[in-house]
Parts: sequence; structure tokens; C-alpha cells
Amino acid sequence: MNLDVLARYGPSLVHGLGTTLTLVAVSIACGGLLAIPVALARLSENRVVGSLAFAYVYFFRGTPLLAQIFLVYYGMGEFRPTLQSLGLWSFFRDAVNCAAFTFTLNTAAYQAEIYRGAIRSVPRGQAEAAEALGLRRWTIFRYVIAPQAAIIALRPLGNEIILMIKGSAVASIVTVLDLMGETRLAFSRSFDMTVYLYAAVLYLAVVEVLRRIWNMLEVRLTRHLALRA
Amino acid sequence: MADLIALLAPGPTGWGDEILAGTWLTIRLALATLPFGLAVGLLIALAKRSQVAWQRLLGEAFTTVFRGLPELLTLFIVYYGGQMLLQTVVRLFSERYIEVNGFVAGIVALGLVFAAYASEVFASAFKGIPNGQWEGAAALGLHRGQTLRLVILPQLVRLALPGLANLWLILLKDTSLVSVIALNDLLRMTSVAVGNTKEPFFFYFVACMIYLIMSIVSSFGITAIERWAERGEQRRAMGPRRIAIGAAPS
Repeated sequence: MNLDVLARYGPSLVHGLGTTLTLVAVSIACGGLLAIPVALARLSENRVVGSLAFAYVYFFRGTPLLAQIFLVYYGMGEFRPTLQSLGLWSFFRDAVNCAAFTFTLNTAAYQAEIYRGAIRSVPRGQAEAAEALGLRRWTIFRYVIAPQAAIIALRPLGNEIILMIKGSAVASIVTVLDLMGETRLAFSRSFDMTVYLYAAVLYLAVVEVLRRIWNMLEVRLTRHLALRA
Repeated sequence: MADLIALLAPGPTGWGDEILAGTWLTIRLALATLPFGLAVGLLIALAKRSQVAWQRLLGEAFTTVFRGLPELLTLFIVYYGGQMLLQTVVRLFSERYIEVNGFVAGIVALGLVFAAYASEVFASAFKGIPNGQWEGAAALGLHRGQTLRLVILPQLVRLALPGLANLWLILLKDTSLVSVIALNDLLRMTSVAVGNTKEPFFFYFVACMIYLIMSIVSSFGITAIERWAERGEQRRAMGPRRIAIGAAPS
């Protein structure tokens, strides 16, 4: 164990961890908002809308996250005049924003598939019964379909967040100083392998904490389904 | 648009041949990782079922670590850690400087991650095989190795195939990470092209399309393999009746 390295680079690693968590939290939240219309579009009976959503999902799930982030980070530079006239350039100039933008689009595709599967898993009879009661479409979705779908979606959503935490490490390649970025910086200065091991411990700890929170959440959300002794 | 297409032409003026060479390396890397990852994954799955406590613990620890770490971090640890380990060993014998092969580091890192996920796929496939199969094999006097090879594995493959197919598609995308350790894969050759032509959007989009084509082709291959693995199932469904009617043992 090399404690000097930990004392020297520990604070920046923790700071990087904060960046990673913020990046992931923002991406998952924005991606979740974007995912709902995409999921509904995938379920839509309109052919054009359905295939557009399918193409979006297929593209973001079928290509590497690293390639996507390069496409946004380097590719947006080409559209600088257009972006400047739209007042968006200051957003895309910053690597962190590009990373958050890419992750949002990426996780929206994955989350859309999760929500689509969850919505479809709710038996048709539920919607039909609600319709027979004279509820409006939105009310049916909000109070009948969504609560049941949420239980199905919970576990895959937890997996998706873990995948995003791991995947967010590629942001370090486009100069973002997340946990991985700080670690690479510390390694390039100290040439001490142990910084990578400290980063590994931090990543594992985050994933483990999230897994436990998710287990508790699942117990809580499904408590009405549990068998009473 | 036409001048952009011209940039994809093979030869000294375009980047088509460089990108194809990168694609070829990506395919080779993924294909080389597959057997290594499958073998380690199966071993880990067996360790998790073991009756020896430390083997079970080792199996669980392996899965937890390599499923929890970012693939990029695993790659760096294998690449730089392997470099230092190799250097220390070599220094015992000579003063030569030996560099870790990026391709091998890529296989090891991606293979470890693949194995961690594959071991879970195998573990649940094991659960899908009825106990009677083990007992029947034991009754026939097969020993453990034979039981596994002749009775269990052929059935395991069929049960594990959908999960493994998914992992293959993930592996194909994860290969892009080796571009960071200066291996000339598809993504890195694309970056080289971008550096020379200053057309990032076009070239990275082309790279994404090539990744998509690779996964579409894989999907066709997977469907064919699944059909091949299921062929016994269909025959067995029709089988018993035919035996009952005719086919006396000759």
C-alpha cells in the first residue's frame, strides 16, 4: 500500500467521483424524461412514428458509447456557426456538457426499451377495465398502467444506472475530469498503479451501494405483493 | 456530399482501406476474445457451483469485481498492470525492455469482463438442467468429466445461447475501448482519418454505421446458430410417436 499517493491524490479522486455521480444522475434523469415519449412512440400504431423511434433506439443501442461521444464532442464542432447562431455553442463547447448530452441520448434509448417492455407486460384487461369504467386515456396511463409497469421496470432500470456509472468512464477520453479522468491524471503524474486500484474500489463501492438501495426500493415497492405469514 | 464519399475511397487519397483494416482488427479482437471469455466464464460458473467454500467465494468475488468495474478501468489495469508485472519478471533475467502487446491486453481485459457476465448466464443455464440428467449419467457409470462433457454441456449450450448472444453484441461494442491503448481498431483508424481530413461528424457516423452493420450481421448468425441448437428439440418432439409405431430395434 502506498499511502502517500492516497494522501496526495485522494481528494481529487473524490472530487472526480462527485463529477461522475452528477453526470450520471443528470443523464439518467433527463434520459428518463426523453425515454417516455420514445417508448410511447415505439408502442404507437402509427408506422412512421414507430419506425423513427425504432431507428433511434437501434442506433444508440447498437453503437459503442465511445463512438457516440466522439460523434457529439468532435462532430458538433463542424456545426459551430449554426450552433452559435442558435446560441447553443457555449453548451457544446464544454466537454462535460457533450458527455451529459451523449449519455442522455444513449440512456434514453435503453430506458425506452425498458419502459416499453414494462408497459406491454401489464395485462390488456387492466386497460380495458379502466376504459369500461370511463376513465380518460391519460388517467388510465397515470393511475392504472404506470404503477404496475414501474414494478416491472425497477430492476432493469437499476441495472441500466449501474451500466451508466460504468459507461460514464469513457467521458474521461474527451478530457472530462470524472473519477476515471482524475485517476488517469494522477497516474500520468505519479506512475503509480495503485491509483487505478483506489479508483476500482470507489467504483465497486458506488455500484454496491446502489445495488443495496435498489434491493430496499424493490422490497418497499412490492410490499403489497409479499405473502403475508 | 460527393467529396465526402470520395474520402472513403481506398488507396492513398481516401480512408476506406484504413477504416476497413481497423474493422478487420475489431472483428479479429472480438473473435479472439470469445473463446477465452467463454472458457473462463464456464470455469467461474463451475467454481460457483463447487462444494468447496473458497472456490465459491472466488467465483462470486470474480463476478462482483469484473461486473462492477468500468470496462475502461479494467483495460487500463490489465494494460499498465500487466506492463509492470512483465517488466518486473523480465528484469530478473535481463535488461531488455519488453512491451505488453495491446492486442493481448485487449483480449485479457475484454475476456475477463465477458467471463464475469457469461458465468452468470452459465449459472442460470445450469439451474435449467434437471437433476435427473446428473443422476442418470451417474447411473450409467460416467464420471464427472464425462458427465459434464457428454450430458450436461450439450444441453447447457442451448439454454445459455440467448444470453451469450447478447454478451457477444456487447463485446463487439466494447472492443472500441482498445482504441484508447493505441490499438488500430475501427474507432482509432476513424480518429486518424478525422485528424487528417477534419471531417469528424461524417467519419464517426460512418464508424457507427459499420458497428451497426457488424451487429446486424451477428444477429443473422445468432439466429442461424440458435436454429441449429434447437434442431434436436424439434426432432425430439416428433420422435417418441414414430418409435412407438414402427422402428423395432434391428
